[in-house]
Amino acid sequence: MSSLPNRKSFRHGVHPLEHKEETEHLPLERMPFVGRYVLPLGQHIGAPCRAVVRAGEKVTRGQLIAEPGGFVSTSLHSPVTGRVVDVGPHRQGNGQLVPAIQIEADPYSSQQFRERDPVDPFAMGVDEFAASVQRAGLVGLGGAAFPSHVKYKLPEGKACERLVINGCECEPYLTCDHRVMVERPAEVVRGVSILAEKLGARGAWIGVEMNKPDGIDSLRAHLPAGSKITVAPLAVKYPQGAEKMLIKAVFNEEVPAGHLPLDIGVVVNNVATMACLTDWFDRGQPLIERALTVAGPGVDRPANLIVPIGTPIRDVLRHCGINRDTRQVVMGGPMMGMPLATLDAPVVKGTSGLLAFTDNMVNHPTEYACVRCGSCLEACGNFLNPSRLARLARAGRYEELEGAFVMDCMECGACTYTCPSSVPIVHLIRAAKLTIRQRKAKQG
Amino acid sequence: MGTILTAILIMTGLGAFFGAGLAIANKFLKVEEDPRLDIIEGMLPGSNCGACGEAGCRAFAESLLGGRNKPSGCTVNSPEGVERVANFLGVDAGAAEKRVARLHCAGGLGQARQIAEYEGWGNCGAAHLVGGGGKGCSWGCLGLADCEAACDFDAITMNGQRLPVVDPDRCTACGDCVEACPRGLFELMPIGHNLVVQCKAPLEGDEARAVCSVACDACGRCAQDAAPGLITMANNLPVVDYSAGGPARPEATFRCPTGAIRWIEGQQFKTVRLVQLTTDGREG
Repeated sequence: MSSLPNRKSFRHGVHPLEHKEETEHLPLERMPFVGRYVLPLGQHIGAPCRAVVRAGEKVTRGQLIAEPGGFVSTSLHSPVTGRVVDVGPHRQGNGQLVPAIQIEADPYSSQQFRERDPVDPFAMGVDEFAASVQRAGLVGLGGAAFPSHVKYKLPEGKACERLVINGCECEPYLTCDHRVMVERPAEVVRGVSILAEKLGARGAWIGVEMNKPDGIDSLRAHLPAGSKITVAPLAVKYPQGAEKMLIKAVFNEEVPAGHLPLDIGVVVNNVATMACLTDWFDRGQPLIERALTVAGPGVDRPANLIVPIGTPIRDVLRHCGINRDTRQVVMGGPMMGMPLATLDAPVVKGTSGLLAFTDNMVNHPTEYACVRCGSCLEACGNFLNPSRLARLARAGRYEELEGAFVMDCMECGACTYTCPSSVPIVHLIRAAKLTIRQRKAKQG
Repeated sequence: MGTILTAILIMTGLGAFFGAGLAIANKFLKVEEDPRLDIIEGMLPGSNCGACGEAGCRAFAESLLGGRNKPSGCTVNSPEGVERVANFLGVDAGAAEKRVARLHCAGGLGQARQIAEYEGWGNCGAAHLVGGGGKGCSWGCLGLADCEAACDFDAITMNGQRLPVVDPDRCTACGDCVEACPRGLFELMPIGHNLVVQCKAPLEGDEARAVCSVACDACGRCAQDAAPGLITMANNLPVVDYSAGGPARPEATFRCPTGAIRWIEGQQFKTVRLVQLTTDGREG
């Protein structure tokens, strides 16, 4: 490794203000247990899971409460010891009523997770390994919440040569992955070794942006001698955490449009997912809690918290102190996150952050006509023409949109961020993509 | 001079050659087309809306000549127009009952609970994407008028409660609004089917009432009061099946506690009925 920093990155992209200084040095702390937990059955991409408990049943921390509803689906476990009080509709973050299991925590329980003996993942077959990961309820913790075992079960004829671990955390404000890399490097590295071995990869690369030097150092310090794992420092740019951008940054290779990283022999996973993988095999702890960042000008005491899945967002914000000026709370990062319609919604597996913004930050700027400056073209990591897509989307010209590769848009929002005319480009594109998918579903 | 002459001769020669080719093609490769086709197409409205199920007015005219459709299959045409086509072809006009688009939601502003503010692009599809524009009901009308924009016949207007009102006289049952609604709330129903369930929320009891004051709370009274088999409860909503049961009567709606099922003649949401319930549950 040369002494000069290796400024690897992808082409295009934007540089939003990072705002990470508030929380990047705060160690992860455990959120105290609260009275009631809400676990929506569909908190991952794919088929919702099926509840296997009924109202009134007692459950213990880590007990299976819902089983997968299909292959692209995963398990759900109780984050607390307590009693199931309801299985029925509850509001999730976007305000929709969705089926959910509600659990009342037992106030007299120690809430200690009962560990089981370590299981040796290396002794398992590949299929057994994927099934085991599905039993752990593991999903990608970067935000999309895609069931991990689906990625690990390689289809016939496909091989994973290289494993890429995403430690970019390119969204502003978020620092939870950063803290996981600093505080749990051994677990991350062990998870990466397990996965690289099981997938038969010839090497693993952990891509970390250079604004996290302590994360890079701590991971490097824990790499065993002669390891197949490389920590790759990357230049700081948004949206480097997107799979295809990350692959371009690490290997300088492009994933062809309309293809998956696996088509060029790459599997991408998040760092926090790796730590959870270790927790599952070494301690038997399924995905019942996750690290997230609570920050933003509306929060009195920003923090990196380890929160049991299902904790109502209201309780998390109360724990950190939310002030009266808060106008909008965003789940996830400010670029791709979703504004919450209700604070009764719970923290789900994909919640990487809770950001409270004040009035002056959420005022919508006046939209002007597109001035054809081309800023969005230079921001788009996928080399699309966002301005054209937005115009077509507004006009409802769906066939032309598909011809302009709208389905390749990853909805990172770099175009909207950079637009001097404040055109809500990515919102228009997302609406159009939804319509196109609905039409496809109707026809098919 | 010679060059110009050559050019003129070549062009004339070419013209004569292709002209002859066309003349021969016209004589030997001619496709016989029914002369009535153009006449019938002229009698049709020409809006190419597709409500008949054919690709357009000309395709419908062809299907009329082929006997695959009845003149009344064109719902856009006026009764006189249908009669004219039928007389011209000397066939039975057919008796297709007029259909109109009905909205399966009555929860406008003031009825459905509002839980947040939506400030994005004013389009139902865009609002649906972020969870419904702050509307507390995950199934109800978003009120941002995608259907009004989609309607080619100006049959849809938004009322004061941000609900689309369909003018039955103008509605041609073309189905554009059915396609435009991201929540699939419109249905094309024969105008004689007066029992309309104005709710799509599969909730029960208090859960339904907490969301919207005109939500169906799945009490099942309408199913009991209607002719046997006419109304069945499925997924916490009444389903009216005209083919299965006896005559539909307005009595089925009388005991509905929320007004989710209505007897509708003509236009929907004609009057907003403000009802104050007294303590003993009667209307005061």
